[in-house]
Amino acid sequence: MFAAIRRVFSARETGILLAAVIVIAVATAINPAFVFSHDGWRDLLLTPSILVLVAIGQAFVIITRSVDLSVGSVVGLTAYLTGRLFIDLPGIPVIVVVLCGVALGAVLGFINGALVAYARVPALVITLGTMYAYRGINVWWTGGDRVNASDMPASFRGLGTGQILSIPFLTIIAAGVLVAAAWYLRNQRAGREMYAIGSDPAAANLYGLPVTRRVITAFVMSGALAGLAGVLYAARYGTVSSNAGFGWEFQAIGAAVIGGVAIAGGLGTVWGAAIGAFLLLTINRALPIIGIADFWQQAVVGALIIGAIVLDRVLAVRRHRRLAAEREVSR
Amino acid sequence: MTTTLVTGVTPPHAHPFWRRALLTREAAVIGLLAIVIVVALAVVPNFDSPLTVTYMLREIAPILLIALPMTLIIITEEIDLSVASVVGLSSVLTGMFVQAGLPLPVAAVLAIAGGAVCGAINGFLVTVVGLPSLAVTIGSLALFRGIAVGLLGTAAVTDFPEFWTDLAKANIPGTPIPGVMIPFLVLAIVFAVVLHATPFGRALYAIGLNKEAAHFAGIDVARSKFTLFVLSGAMAAFAGVYFTLDYGSARGQNAMGMELQIIAAVLLGGVSIFGGRGALHGVIAGVLLIGTLSRALQIAGVSSAVINIITGVLLILSVISAAVLAGARSRREAALGRRRQLRERAKLPT
Repeated sequence: MFAAIRRVFSARETGILLAAVIVIAVATAINPAFVFSHDGWRDLLLTPSILVLVAIGQAFVIITRSVDLSVGSVVGLTAYLTGRLFIDLPGIPVIVVVLCGVALGAVLGFINGALVAYARVPALVITLGTMYAYRGINVWWTGGDRVNASDMPASFRGLGTGQILSIPFLTIIAAGVLVAAAWYLRNQRAGREMYAIGSDPAAANLYGLPVTRRVITAFVMSGALAGLAGVLYAARYGTVSSNAGFGWEFQAIGAAVIGGVAIAGGLGTVWGAAIGAFLLLTINRALPIIGIADFWQQAVVGALIIGAIVLDRVLAVRRHRRLAAEREVSR
Repeated sequence: MTTTLVTGVTPPHAHPFWRRALLTREAAVIGLLAIVIVVALAVVPNFDSPLTVTYMLREIAPILLIALPMTLIIITEEIDLSVASVVGLSSVLTGMFVQAGLPLPVAAVLAIAGGAVCGAINGFLVTVVGLPSLAVTIGSLALFRGIAVGLLGTAAVTDFPEFWTDLAKANIPGTPIPGVMIPFLVLAIVFAVVLHATPFGRALYAIGLNKEAAHFAGIDVARSKFTLFVLSGAMAAFAGVYFTLDYGSARGQNAMGMELQIIAAVLLGGVSIFGGRGALHGVIAGVLLIGTLSRALQIAGVSSAVINIITGVLLILSVISAAVLAGARSRREAALGRRRQLRERAKLPT
């Protein structure tokens, strides 16, 4: 019991959660409507929900010591696909559209993963290329066109704006995915192997872990979740133009890194990535209330990312020293 | 000339110089560039007009400038994703200093100093704190861009002295070549000499190939990398000042996403993302290749979307072909080595 409490307090995720609570508390103290109004409460939960999905996928990839720069482009492509399906196939069931979006995302993720795993080229370069290519396909396909709210059925739009017991549907979906992903990474053999691969790919290979397959799985997860995020993006915002999801890759990587997922792989949880995404977008909404123009949001995000990785480094050095000292004593 | 590590039986000088030069990645990029130019001249109408050269070179000038230090950084197995944000920040600083009444040269020098400070922050976090440059510069990409956007908001400074904006747009008299190519050529020669003909340059390859070995060989790894990041920041800021004057507008959003074009061009030019390999003439050819290709396609009426797809696919193909070729070479050399071993064993008296 005591150990459990200590573990909670020493976890990296606790610090970031505390930061989020402080941001909310300060903003609420200045303007109670930040939380205690219908819109305030809804926005607090709704705004980060879609980014949470992308950040969870990114966490999978980063834990296996890769990075996926193409997620923003995948979000854009599937968001437009969603609108296109409703326009071209009137009466198509919503669930089919969701599945199509997830499937397209998974295929795009598989292409990333296969290129990274088989060509043995760093993910940074491969996903830089696919980021260009996917976005290009999106712009080419969209043309000057865009999807409007009136193109999509009300039942689908309700998915993006509706709620149950004052909790938005999107938040419930994000929470469900979060729990499933956390369970997979923590309790499944494949999930544990992802950590092992991220800690030391060469050792994992020598030990006989299916490195190629797991790396591809991580990219497929990332793509599929970005695909789901794209569908929900269409449901939430109604209008989809060719720049939907632009720049989300950096937000998602930022969320994961702030949430304690080490960029060097092998460390971190999807919980952290989700809290990181929540913190990022909540800060964005809190800044104007605190009296800072929201133009500064990106600077705050950058400072947070740098702060988080410096903190990670400091903690790692301290842990290393403590372990070394313990080893000396036990001799 | 780059040093290639030969691990198999082929001695490094088994082939004559010209044959070795023709087999390099750099030669392949230059050849591809030549093919693109010839095909474009034959197929694309109006591609041979002097204006095409002018616009193409003006468009890629900032990329050329920043690709020089980026090449050195990637050779040491690091990366700087924050360069385009530094372009934006230096653009905003130039605008604000001019607005405050400073003469343009002073504003430009201050903005470049600001870029050097940005680079020093990256360098400090990478070398002193010991963080991976990918993570650091993803953070500073957001930070520097955020400061640029925060300082000016969505506003823009456009009232620059005409003398300077005209100078930035001017061609070398009697040619279609923009004047900015003169400082670029000077800088390119300086960078090429430093990288390919000085102990500092050789040290960078050594660092990229094996950091620990370089350290034990007496190379100050941290100081070399720190220098490169400061250089990268200053060059990005110089490119930012040029960009601002060329477009006559200082905005926080300037050069958004340019880091990707720069890194794509450097990798296309034959610099290995694993460090330790690459040459500046390849990189310059890589930037020219992307610039020429995109210009030719634009004139031919191909949409920017398709150009982006082609750029992405080209980047992926170039890194994959390099990896596949390297794999094939090491397998062939291993096979040759085994055969030689067997031969020698057979010769041994039993």
